[in-house]
Amino acid sequence: MTHRLSWFIIFWLVVVFAFLYTPIISVVIYSFNASKLVTVWAGWSFKWYGELAKDRQIIDAALLSLQVAAISSTLATILGTIAGYVLVRFPKFLGRTAFSGMVNAPLVMPEVITGLSMLLLFITMENIFKWAVAGLADSGMGATSEVVRVLFGWVEGRGFITVVIAHVTFTMSYIAVVMRSRFLVLDLSLEEAAQDLGAKPLKVFFVITLPIVLPAIISGWLLGFTISLDDLVITAFTNGPGTTTLPQVVFSKVRLGLDPKINALATIIIAIVSIGVIIATIQMRRAEKQRQRDEQMAIRALAKA
Amino acid sequence: MASSVSAAHASRLPASHWMRDLLQALGIRGRTLVIAIPFLWLFLYFFVPFLIVLKVSLAFITIAQPPYTHFNEAGHLVFNIGDSYGRLVSDSLYIKAYWNSLVVAATSTVICLLIGYPFAYGIARCSPSVRNILLMLVILPFWTSFLIRVYAWIGLLKNNGLINEVLMAIGIIDSPIGMMNTNFAVYLGIVYSYLPFMILPLYANLEKMDMSLLEAAADLGCKPLKAFFLITVPLSFPGIVAGSMLVFIPAVGEYVIPELLGGPSSLMIGRVLWTEFFSNRDWPTASAVAIAILLALVIPLMIYQKYQDKELEKES
Amino acid sequence: MAAVERTSQAPSKQTELPSWKDPKAEPYIRIENVTKKFGDFVAVNNVSLSIYRGELFSLLGGSGCGKTTLLRMLAGFENPTSGKIYIDGVDMAGIPPYDRPTNMMFQSYALFPHMTVEQNVAFGLKQDKFPDSEVKQRVAQMLDLVQLTPFAKRKPHQLSGGQRQRVALARSLVKQPKLLLLDEPLGALDKKLREATQFELMNIQDRLGITFIVVTHDQEEAMTLSTRIGVMNAGQIVQIGTPQEIYEYPQNKFVADFIGSVNLFEGQIVEDEADHVLIKSAEAGCDIYIDHGISSAPGAKAWVAIRPEKIQLTKQEVNAPHNCVRGTVKGIAYMGNLSIYLVQLDNGKQIKVTMQNQMRAAELMIDWDDRVSVTWHPNSPVALLS
Repeated sequence: MTHRLSWFIIFWLVVVFAFLYTPIISVVIYSFNASKLVTVWAGWSFKWYGELAKDRQIIDAALLSLQVAAISSTLATILGTIAGYVLVRFPKFLGRTAFSGMVNAPLVMPEVITGLSMLLLFITMENIFKWAVAGLADSGMGATSEVVRVLFGWVEGRGFITVVIAHVTFTMSYIAVVMRSRFLVLDLSLEEAAQDLGAKPLKVFFVITLPIVLPAIISGWLLGFTISLDDLVITAFTNGPGTTTLPQVVFSKVRLGLDPKINALATIIIAIVSIGVIIATIQMRRAEKQRQRDEQMAIRALAKA
Repeated sequence: MASSVSAAHASRLPASHWMRDLLQALGIRGRTLVIAIPFLWLFLYFFVPFLIVLKVSLAFITIAQPPYTHFNEAGHLVFNIGDSYGRLVSDSLYIKAYWNSLVVAATSTVICLLIGYPFAYGIARCSPSVRNILLMLVILPFWTSFLIRVYAWIGLLKNNGLINEVLMAIGIIDSPIGMMNTNFAVYLGIVYSYLPFMILPLYANLEKMDMSLLEAAADLGCKPLKAFFLITVPLSFPGIVAGSMLVFIPAVGEYVIPELLGGPSSLMIGRVLWTEFFSNRDWPTASAVAIAILLALVIPLMIYQKYQDKELEKES
Repeated sequence: MAAVERTSQAPSKQTELPSWKDPKAEPYIRIENVTKKFGDFVAVNNVSLSIYRGELFSLLGGSGCGKTTLLRMLAGFENPTSGKIYIDGVDMAGIPPYDRPTNMMFQSYALFPHMTVEQNVAFGLKQDKFPDSEVKQRVAQMLDLVQLTPFAKRKPHQLSGGQRQRVALARSLVKQPKLLLLDEPLGALDKKLREATQFELMNIQDRLGITFIVVTHDQEEAMTLSTRIGVMNAGQIVQIGTPQEIYEYPQNKFVADFIGSVNLFEGQIVEDEADHVLIKSAEAGCDIYIDHGISSAPGAKAWVAIRPEKIQLTKQEVNAPHNCVRGTVKGIAYMGNLSIYLVQLDNGKQIKVTMQNQMRAAELMIDWDDRVSVTWHPNSPVALLS
């Protein structure tokens, strides 16, 4: 089945991989440059990693970004998994086309539009909130007004929660697409068999469906996490003054020119991601090999019998 | 076992539960509830905002928080089309930026396709174990920060950056070529950042293709290159459409790449929107720009949506 | 597992009437005028059917004939568009799959990949909240029955196809359902394993006395397994009967053609008496005499079906008023135990004849292009009106 690759194709694979990796590798190498001038080589050094560790602004922003990413990716995984399941298992319901459109569109929607529209929504919500609180207080329902203030006070001024909501909304699309393709290849008769044996639909979902698709859920969560961690534009629109995320700090520094500390930061991110992806790939290959071995064993056992 | 034969299968009545009763009384089934959760979320946080953008695009600018109002100086509620949309059509800056964005996005899409197709084809023709490693190598940069990948190009493209240094060291050029802050840098950044979005759907499509089709074509006397254009390319059309939409649509509104790599002349509409919003605090115009971008993207979005639905149908 | 011969039961069964012929017997499953539509497509068209306790009933038909849809309606995965289904006298309308007294064995087996063999089999009992000790005991019993005790801790992917099939069977039997539904139970197995498993299935059914309904497209499988067969075509049941009835007395052209191979001749009824029918057939090139009546209007159009093995060939010229025609051998396929002869009748019609190769040199007796007489016994043909 494997046809001999032509020389052109091999050459092309090499060229494109060089194109994809040259910038990344150059960042990694320059992060160990002793010189303050990023592009002038002055010998190996770990100095910028030390500087990075002392930069409170970057550390704080990174911690905030990790929090936002963890919370929003978790929520987005729940919503995205349900959305993916609905798309595959419920082929007909009122508003299905609209639903599928709303699931797919955020994936490609230019970020400036998503960001702007979400901000305008939060501002509208804030206006409605203020009007409701004031109205309730005026009409002597101070207690109710207080309840509304506690429940919906987060829309005022924007901050952590609005950023999380925005991130959930656009990352859930990515996760829904991942989950949708997983559910597509999930044999429907597994769920039917569980029902046939007496399990109610909700229980079937938690005892059969979820455990089987767990690996896809984990990779969906990781995807959501990295996308959220990386987002600049939508965050810029939806955050408040107190919530500056890592990409925003990086962006403002980069706009002022090259900064060796950013190279160090980039190298750390690249290292974490590479190690994670490589471990995941090895793990998957090992599981696959184990499965093949098991199957061969079963066949051999059968041949002997 | 014989005794158990006579044992009747206990017939069970569905357990009654107050929550189920309540939902039933309201005429809501579990299925509806499951659909409603993601549906309502997306409706509130994705669809409704567009209506608000449309609304704000018809407002007046004012010095207030938020900086827009729907009332004119006389205090009447007016749909103000003239200020925001009028500016878009009358000021050549907007038209130039708009047109430039479409041209840059379309050109980048074609370049991505030309680079990505042979690349995806090559990966799909490798042996399965090599294929997985190569695929991982394509996805890996995608998992690292987008911002940092764009940043990396600054270090390469600058006048005293790596590319110029190398070219001068081998003596191809005498003085640095100015690559930063040019349209070239913007194209490079967009192609670089969006290439994986082109490669992955193409690969998914090409990988599924039945190689015996090409063998059959060869058997019937078709030369490999001709078979490639007569068989492989037409069959991979859905992958081409998907990849192109995944590149073109977000690229039209790209902000970060032109901002970091482009010069003042690299006008793109996403950048205009950002400036109107953050620097000029002209929210109605920013909203009108957003609506204008959406209008250009309606057809590509529909093609993309149709493709997604078709894939879903084909698989199930 | 030693296969218990179904025939060993036959003598005792012959003394009493089979349940489907006993007017006093209460049907266990009653399907009444059931129709299922998917949009405009009618998958099951007005089917009525009674199945009795302890039967092994097969629904036989080609793909898309509606047999699986009918089975899924019994399990509760689809709801009939119209009509009623009763199991043991209880109307099944609105009862979800998890509350039905049926269990199903899926074509793909649908074994839960994240659970061991033991956990798969225990799943159903756990849903009914049986005490752990009982679950354990019944699972052990079941695994013993299907001879999988040594594999209890394995995951499905560590099993061979035949072992998976047995896990699926054990899992669907462990709740002692009143009715077991089997969707192409042997479809995924190779031929040798199928034959062994067929007897195993019959053995288990005999021992547990559960009513089985099997969906299959494989007529051989249906013939071997079933007490009765329902042949389906285009959403309708076209004939119900024992395997012998279906094979020997097909009621219409579809069944005659679908089950085994058959030669069909179009003709016109000339005489129809209590003890015989005479059919004039230009297609056969002779009159066909059948030794039983079919009560039809004389002059009506009819088709005559004759099985290839019920036709004799001889090189001698035979002269008879009917059931005899001349032809030329146009092809011979040697199959080992028998040979298939392709004979072109003098009127141009091609027929198929099979004959046992009783003697080693038998194939030498009739050769290609030989002129032959084609004859059959008046008992062999079946006259069909539709």
